[in-house]
Amino acid sequence: MSDEPLLRVSGVSKFYGSRIGCQDVSFELWPGEVLAIVGESGSGKTTLLNCISTRLMPTAGTVSYRMRDGQFRDLYRMGEAERRFLMRTDWGFVHQNPADGLRMSVSAGANVGERLMAVGERHYGNIRETAADWLGRVEITEDRIDDQPRSFSGGMRQRLQIARNLVTGPRLVFMDEPTGGLDVSVQARLLDLLRGLVNDLGLAVVVVTHDLAVARLLSHRMMVMKDGKVVETGLTDRVLDDPRAPYTQLLVSSILQV
Amino acid sequence: MTLETEIEDGLASYNFAYLDEQTKRMIRRAILKGIAIPGYQVPFASREMPMPYGWGTGGVQVTASIIGPDDTLKVIDQGADDTTNAVSIRAFFAKVADVETTTRTGEATIIQTRHRIPEEKLTEGQILVYQVPIPEPLRFLEPRETETRKMHALAEYGLMHVKLYEDIARNGHIATTYAYPVKVEGRYVMDPSPTPKFDNPKMHMSDALQLFGAGREKRIYAVPPHTNVVSLDFEDYPFEIQTFEEPCALCGAHGVYLDEVILDDRGGRMFVCSDTDFCEERRAEGHRGHLSGEAMEAAE
Repeated sequence: MSDEPLLRVSGVSKFYGSRIGCQDVSFELWPGEVLAIVGESGSGKTTLLNCISTRLMPTAGTVSYRMRDGQFRDLYRMGEAERRFLMRTDWGFVHQNPADGLRMSVSAGANVGERLMAVGERHYGNIRETAADWLGRVEITEDRIDDQPRSFSGGMRQRLQIARNLVTGPRLVFMDEPTGGLDVSVQARLLDLLRGLVNDLGLAVVVVTHDLAVARLLSHRMMVMKDGKVVETGLTDRVLDDPRAPYTQLLVSSILQV
Repeated sequence: MTLETEIEDGLASYNFAYLDEQTKRMIRRAILKGIAIPGYQVPFASREMPMPYGWGTGGVQVTASIIGPDDTLKVIDQGADDTTNAVSIRAFFAKVADVETTTRTGEATIIQTRHRIPEEKLTEGQILVYQVPIPEPLRFLEPRETETRKMHALAEYGLMHVKLYEDIARNGHIATTYAYPVKVEGRYVMDPSPTPKFDNPKMHMSDALQLFGAGREKRIYAVPPHTNVVSLDFEDYPFEIQTFEEPCALCGAHGVYLDEVILDDRGGRMFVCSDTDFCEERRAEGHRGHLSGEAMEAAE
């Protein structure tokens, strides 16, 4: 593991007029590390995720990323072209609703191949082969390669979205409630798959979820948010087994026992 | 006073070539900008024209802005000089600009076209004006104009290949046969208007100036003479133009774009040049196709 972080977030705040989206959030993310941001609806998790993934300009604070050449770059000082290039090569973004992250009217193969074509791949056979390989890795059978995502189930769409993001070999992936809206058995398989991929590829992941079980399974470290502020951070097991902040204690004790 | 002179007097109050001078200047500025940035879609304040959108309002405005009293105008519609749209536009300019009109490609200084490039090689000094319905090649893949403009600005054209990929995945080959996307001078991806892809190679390094006008969409773009125009493709599925098994039934020409003409309701058909002027000139030179005799008789 590298001795420098991959992402440095310092003092990020986002205000919507006088309302707080998130306030003064700082953390570092290391290569291969999975960080979960948890909290209830409206606590600012998604705002924070959008701020650090260049999808939403923060009001204050800086986000810098260690590029492949080892140099730290402030994301909001890059040109737009460079930022967009980074987003579709070295980064991935998995949306809660797969329809937001997929092209619903083109085939699964083209969905996976789009990033390759965007970075200049111009050999149909190679693109198709890579797409088929990635579909296999996310457990979609190869005979569905020419089907549109419309004809896929929710779980398949989510897996397709993951394949589409990982095909360029990113180092950092953002996930916004990746298992939201899926039933529990599908959720379990998706989590299993994600864990395997994250381990195999050594991905760094920032995952936003309100589901503490998902955070427990996926993440190494955890940040608990309330009203736009971080109330507690720590190793996932420590936070869940020995919550210190009163709000975290409430959150952990709210989990339904089966 | 006869009715005819009354109409002519009425027309005398129109400005030369219908549009007022300020409008023509505005359109010429858009054209110049388009020429300076080959393939870039320049927005312009498109005017209401005395014809419906989709009938060539963009092309007519471009022609009206560049035409002078000494010009000779040819207008083709799908290659033909004698279809309604072509005849009407030619008559329009004969009336409002009092210019010479012709059907001969070689004699024309300005050729306004819908959906074809003439077979005869265009020469230096000629201007080809295209009528364009939808200028944005990325439109059917990305409906947001804000996003497509950004994609052009940043030269993010991966999406165009997604479309070609889909074609191959579904049909086994690139099934786009018209409005086939091209890259101009290594920078902008451009819609060549709904010309058959057969005509794409003629755009490359053309000696003539090519101007594109989209009236409803309010865009003008251009390909200056001697400019690189490359049709997009994959390494293992290279760009190919249509080929025809038989020659033109009237003039016997090979290697030209042919129209299918249904002769009867028993499956009879013939293939003839889509470029009527090219076909006529060849027949005048004595070339004959296998149906030319019968067709003559049928016409008589």
